[in-house]
Amino acid sequence: MTTFGWPEMLFIFRSAGWTLLLTVVAFGIGSLIGGTLAIMRLSQSRILRALASGYILVIQSIPVLMVLFMSYYGLSLFGIELPSFFAASASLAIYASAYLAEIWRGSIQSVPFQQWEASSSLALSRAQQYRYIILPQAVRISLPPTVGFLVQLVKNTSIVSVVGFVELSRAGTLVNNATFLPFQVFSVVAAIYFMICFPLSRLSRHLEKVMNAGRNH
Amino acid sequence: MPAVTIENVHKSFGAVEVLKGVSLSVEKGEVVAIIGRSGSGKSTLLRCINGLEACQSGRIEVAGHVLDQDQKHLRELRKDVGIVFQSYNLFPHLSVGENIMLAPRLAKGLGGPELRRMAEEVLAKVGLSEKFDAYPDNLSGGQQQRVAIARSLAMQPKVMLFDEVTSALDPELTGEVLIVMEDLAKAGMTMLLVTHEMNFARNVADVTVFMHQGRIWESGPSSELFATPKTPELQAFLSAGVH
Repeated sequence: MTTFGWPEMLFIFRSAGWTLLLTVVAFGIGSLIGGTLAIMRLSQSRILRALASGYILVIQSIPVLMVLFMSYYGLSLFGIELPSFFAASASLAIYASAYLAEIWRGSIQSVPFQQWEASSSLALSRAQQYRYIILPQAVRISLPPTVGFLVQLVKNTSIVSVVGFVELSRAGTLVNNATFLPFQVFSVVAAIYFMICFPLSRLSRHLEKVMNAGRNH
Repeated sequence: MPAVTIENVHKSFGAVEVLKGVSLSVEKGEVVAIIGRSGSGKSTLLRCINGLEACQSGRIEVAGHVLDQDQKHLRELRKDVGIVFQSYNLFPHLSVGENIMLAPRLAKGLGGPELRRMAEEVLAKVGLSEKFDAYPDNLSGGQQQRVAIARSLAMQPKVMLFDEVTSALDPELTGEVLIVMEDLAKAGMTMLLVTHEMNFARNVADVTVFMHQGRIWESGPSSELFATPKTPELQAFLSAGVH
């Protein structure tokens, strides 16, 4: 049995880095897919709309754990061995994309339709309308819920510990297995999650206030 | 050749037919006012002219463009046909100057100091030169509407449509917008305006059109139409005083 000393602490801190990296990668890729899905959901083409809705419906209706199992174990049945980091970030990106798509679709739809009318009346193409008129306004609206979702994503990265990827939670479990000091170990782990999420939560709330203030004047 | 030709236009929203065969022709440089009760179809008619609403049948030709729902054709048409809305619809995230310069840059490929000079020129026309860098939120309703007019003018349209542009304004702000429109009319702009301002229609419009139940009920030179309304519906409308 080892003690809960600096080497263990360092190990936990390093693993927190993996949690952050996982969050960043999942959010980055999830944003790209989610943004595309949001635009597809609002497309004039029925096929694009149906494809995007179907994807979102399926992903939102199954636990992210299943996506993780499918990409990690499922694909290995076909001889595709994914390193656990790839399987983990891919699953989380898929999960994030479905939720971000819905947040952003709502934000785009919150831009008054008169903005579409005014800009199309000025001979702008649909792409130009999105780029110069709609998205700049939608981004402002979407910031608070997007940052709010980011907090969820940070915490949900803990789920990938089940495929053996050593991020913050998994590191806690490993250290606990060696030290049998669950209260101390998991207090430290929880504190690190808190240090990551708390500023983000505050940022989200702050943005919400700023946005509302901007609307009233 | 007329600047606007509307031939037997029909338009329904679901089961409700709002335009029941409207025909109208507007000469170049002419100012036509469309009056009538809410629900008479006057705004819908105006919105059909630049394709914001698609009509089910009939033919519309404006500034040399025959209207169809092809997006490319619509964009070409809209370069020549400006519209100003009741609710201004300025782009709130852009400054006044950017509001004005955006469409000429994107749709017409203008740029540089030339574009800026042109934007300053149209802004001066509506009497707001000092507001170039202001944001819409910091302007009064009347000023916002004048910027909206300037934004349309920056495209150098051949025809301008005005959809109840003073209806959302306090009475004291209505005047400043009407003066801008009167100046435009004097400068020879072809204008179609849906309005509740009877004095403006009588004094500025060459022709006034009274719409009732989705049809053009009565029309003629403004002076005559207001002095001697022929149909009982128009007489009732004018004497009611509440529009």
